[in-house]
Amino acid sequence: MSANAIVIQSAQVVDRTWIETLHEWLTTVDHKRLGILYVVYGLFFFVVGGIEALIIRIQLMHSHNTFVSPQVFNRMFTMHGTTMIFFVVMPILFGFANYLVPLMIGARDMAFPRLNAFSFWLSALGGFLLYFSFLGGSGLYGAGNAPDVGWWAYAPLGARAFSPGHSSDYWTLSLLVSGFGSIGTAINIIATVLCMRCPGMKLGRMPLLVWLYLVQAGMVLIAITPLSAAQIMLLIDRYLGGHFFDTQAGGSAVLWMHFFWIFGHPEVYILIIPAFAFLSEIIPVFSRKPIFGYPVMVAATVAIGLVSTSVWAHHMFTIGMNSYANSFFALTTMAVGVPTGIKIFNWIGTMWGGKIQFKVPMLFCIGFLVQFLIAGLTGIMQAAVPFDWQLTLSYFVVAHFHYVIVGGILFALFGAFYYWYPKMTGRMPSESLGKWHFWLFLIGFHLTFDVMHIPGLLGMPRRIYTYEPGRGWDTLNLIITIGAFIQAIAILLFVANLIISYFKGARAGNDPWDAWTLEWSISSPPPAYNFASVPTVASRRPLWDLKHPEDPDSRYE
Amino acid sequence: MSAMANPFPQAPANWKLPDRGKVAMAGLIIAESAIFTIFVVAYLFYVGKSLGGPTPREALETPIFYTICLLSSSFTIHFAGKSLERNKRGTFLGLWLITILLGGLFLYGTGQEWHRLIYEHGLTISTNLFGTTYYSLVGLHAFHVTAGLAMLCIVGIFALAGRVGADQSRRVDVLSMYWHFVDAVWIVVFTVVYILGR
Repeated sequence: MSANAIVIQSAQVVDRTWIETLHEWLTTVDHKRLGILYVVYGLFFFVVGGIEALIIRIQLMHSHNTFVSPQVFNRMFTMHGTTMIFFVVMPILFGFANYLVPLMIGARDMAFPRLNAFSFWLSALGGFLLYFSFLGGSGLYGAGNAPDVGWWAYAPLGARAFSPGHSSDYWTLSLLVSGFGSIGTAINIIATVLCMRCPGMKLGRMPLLVWLYLVQAGMVLIAITPLSAAQIMLLIDRYLGGHFFDTQAGGSAVLWMHFFWIFGHPEVYILIIPAFAFLSEIIPVFSRKPIFGYPVMVAATVAIGLVSTSVWAHHMFTIGMNSYANSFFALTTMAVGVPTGIKIFNWIGTMWGGKIQFKVPMLFCIGFLVQFLIAGLTGIMQAAVPFDWQLTLSYFVVAHFHYVIVGGILFALFGAFYYWYPKMTGRMPSESLGKWHFWLFLIGFHLTFDVMHIPGLLGMPRRIYTYEPGRGWDTLNLIITIGAFIQAIAILLFVANLIISYFKGARAGNDPWDAWTLEWSISSPPPAYNFASVPTVASRRPLWDLKHPEDPDSRYE
Repeated sequence: MSAMANPFPQAPANWKLPDRGKVAMAGLIIAESAIFTIFVVAYLFYVGKSLGGPTPREALETPIFYTICLLSSSFTIHFAGKSLERNKRGTFLGLWLITILLGGLFLYGTGQEWHRLIYEHGLTISTNLFGTTYYSLVGLHAFHVTAGLAMLCIVGIFALAGRVGADQSRRVDVLSMYWHFVDAVWIVVFTVVYILGR
């Protein structure tokens, strides 16, 4: 680290009782603490959702298995999907946004700190509501019942007649409440990015992470809200006797599918755009080169945001739309691959000719590049309508979207964890444990999800409770389950690394990776006030300018 | 390095950023518009698909007077904001109270219409698809009017206590953005329910 970087001592630590500490964390409006609360909350549900996945995999390990009952199996895949999307990935992504966006643009806090805390607690309430259904799902008289309608709750499954008791109500309310939390946070991110930038931080100088979160927050505003609207309609149907999705009274089950997927597909991009954001920060630092094609990256992100709002019906090719609608959605789906491809080329362009350091965050990013490419290719395959007719609702689809979410988003998230862990805790994560985590998880991932494509091609439907022997699915399913357990071991190593390094890790200092964005200019963990004096910037890499006054970026931009 | 010189380059002379209240309200309006869009789509999708009566043609009467009330409240709130900017507190208070009155009249109109539909036509939210979509869409809008009125009343109370001056004008502007949005949504709802839907 160069000599003229600023050194700020972290705030003086006063001994506090645990109850005072707890009170501080529960009432905090500090963006860094809320960010960590989001992340820890997401990690907790990550373990819960992972256990549900393991239960599913044990049940499918061999034919005619009866590890759990069919009813429990239905609850498990419903809860696994809902948990992982809404209460793992969303909160962790918002946690990183909360933590990083103000630091990267040189701000004191988010634009609305109290709205920020309110949004977090709404999201948290959503998760608790969902899991309270295990106790309260069928009221006080029942033994408990979690939602079992699948994560999309297709009509008429969600209707009173087919989903008695309260389990679906908990599902509906938890998504509604956490959706409002997401909208609050998205508004906050937009206001922060547009109104809180430090002097000199023009839009064109913002770190790409900030840009990508701005686009993601905009998508949250227009994509999460249709889900909220549909959930309100479902509540009206269930509680006030409405007929929105009641086919007996002329309502339409297909309308629910449209509303759900108008939310559901942009949601995938809401989840993947922050993953792109992490890559766009990590790859340049470990390639020792500035990002290749900054304006193109921004443009491609905006393009993805726009196009992804008009691809939703590719989830519905089998409901019998006319050929014009099918062609339209097939074309838009293929078109969204173009800006995504541009991004992959830009990351490779950044690595090209760089002095690549294969540290753990970089390893996860390289894993992302390979796996996300494959996930995109199987996505393009399914954009072809006849191919989709054959394989929809099969394990091929399950393999495809897990390739996106695990192979893409989760790998990028792990990279982000290892990259910003020193900033958040002041300690370095263990490099060797991290490498064990990476390689074990990589092996487990490919064992599970590469193989999972094959039973799909052989005709194994998704959400199936069990299957007949002799269809060629047995061995494959056993391999998939073994892979799942290898992933689980890798996750244990990851959690162990987070905990051990927090106490035993080497001191990180301000800037362990020799990076270029503003968050590395202050101490780790940052003081409550972030920046002692308001920073000003003249280029996209303010810390580069600071470390190399003889050759600053501002000369070329 | 306690007395730290700012290590970063000179700040640009005029660094101006948009007002965060207005940006946030714009974000909220975008999000709300998406919610209303879904309800409007559902309404239009189900026009004429009810299996039984009453139909919109039989039951609905166009609420011209109350619509005029709501739309003119957009003008009064606009000029209220302008007078607050120039620190004419009396004019502001008067126009503000008129805005509340007009919004309240509109809500009364909605209530009266619902009363008539329920007791004269037997139309409730569970009667048929028309009832379901009508009460949901109009109800969602009325809910937003109610929320807006609550906020207008809070400002009104502070203004009566003499606590609202020109320094609050930016905040009042944010609230007035929301009120304009509620009015604009009514134009869409009115068109869909009372013109296209019949």
